[in-house]
Amino acid sequence: MVRVTHWVNVLAVVLMVGSGFQIFNAYPAFARKGETFCCYPFEGDPLPPWMTFGGWLAGARNWHFAAMWLLVVNGLIYLAFIYLHGEWRDLVPRRGHFRDSWEMVKFYLFLRKNHPTQGKHNALQRGAYFAMPIVGLVLVLTGLAIWKPVQLGLITTMFGGFVWARYWHFVATWLLVLLSVVHVFMVIAVDPYSIRAMVTGRYKESWSPESRNARPFVHLLPRRGSSVDMDQQPRQP
Amino acid sequence: MKDDRDPSRFLDRRSFIQLTGTAVTTALLGCGSRGPEDAQKVLRWAEGRNEGVERALFRHTSIDRASRSAKLAGEAFPVYYVSKTLPVWDASVRGPWSLEVSGLVRRPLKLSLDDLLNLKQTRQRVNHYCVEGWTAVADWWGVRVSELARLADVSPDAKYVDFQSFDDGYHESWDIDSALHRQTLIAYAMDGRLLAPAHGAPARLHSPIKLGYKSTKFLTRVVFMPRRNGGYWSDQGYEWYAGT
Repeated sequence: MVRVTHWVNVLAVVLMVGSGFQIFNAYPAFARKGETFCCYPFEGDPLPPWMTFGGWLAGARNWHFAAMWLLVVNGLIYLAFIYLHGEWRDLVPRRGHFRDSWEMVKFYLFLRKNHPTQGKHNALQRGAYFAMPIVGLVLVLTGLAIWKPVQLGLITTMFGGFVWARYWHFVATWLLVLLSVVHVFMVIAVDPYSIRAMVTGRYKESWSPESRNARPFVHLLPRRGSSVDMDQQPRQP
Repeated sequence: MKDDRDPSRFLDRRSFIQLTGTAVTTALLGCGSRGPEDAQKVLRWAEGRNEGVERALFRHTSIDRASRSAKLAGEAFPVYYVSKTLPVWDASVRGPWSLEVSGLVRRPLKLSLDDLLNLKQTRQRVNHYCVEGWTAVADWWGVRVSELARLADVSPDAKYVDFQSFDDGYHESWDIDSALHRQTLIAYAMDGRLLAPAHGAPARLHSPIKLGYKSTKFLTRVVFMPRRNGGYWSDQGYEWYAGT
């Protein structure tokens, strides 16, 4: 189920970000008319068309307001599932999270020889996977704030009014894009076997970055002679 | 138990990568496009569902207020119309301008600008929410649509209101609840002066509770109806309800 929601989420996020950037390009600035805006250096510069989806403003809005339900419903299913199955325990940062994260950074920078011991995910992963739903929540709330600035005016006020809510929606989008790009890079560079795991659920302990002592593009292949079959994720119906 | 270097597994992975590659390429080609045609049906269905959500969220008591620190947009308030040139009512050609209130009403009205000015005035400093994502603050003076509805004695069968203009057929229809919201005005003055042609003179609809394109400028007619009849932008694919 986590795997299904992951791939549905990929689709929903791609649609939401693409159509969101198309919508942004209709007014690629934040200033209220007759005012200036302090905090965006590229006021007036549209984003490149390859980042956009939907073709034109109305098209993109229609996609955005349809895919938002996919994102929200799928996100709720995911959260409910990992809560009921206890898998949230692999994702919530543990005590000593920042120390452990620093050890991972040191390892990736060759300042430490051996991969730190970890559970299912290393500390940096935990941080990233824990942050994603939080960024998602901010996106949903700021989205509601700019979708319904009058009927849901309380939320809009909470984020500092329409202009700021729109700004935080944009900033949170880029944060999500950043997390996703780093995530995809690390999957390819450190643990391509996890793609198979995320598709079929099959994974071996000997493939794990910890067993391979893998840094980005280092030790991509499993160590020889260690092929203990350990499906980490049992198949879900 | 398969060996790690079992060729069949590598084939497996290679075909998987190929599949992923195809999917990514398709997605990239999709960038900047409108998306597949079949999806339009789904999008229209979603718009219908969203209208239900928006209607459920609607409250007559939800009021827009411009933030206290906000400046009036003034000259920076964008100007727009759909005719080739700025529509100006020429009384020597078309006769004196008037606003017609008709349709499902027991007392149809025909109001001159002076008549409008003599009706109960409402003043408000509110946001203008454009579909493009910008907002602009202005002071609007005018008559509530609900006041016109009261004077015209609207029938309970009226569920929609069409706001028509002399701007090349521009019109937008509204659900009656939004039209009767207390911040929905037939505005004749902006920032303390009678409307300039650029902002929809002699009178325009203005409301912070719907996106800007729903607020017809250069008004000529307010028609109460049993059914909706779309609108200039709504017929081209923009959301019909467009509430804020």
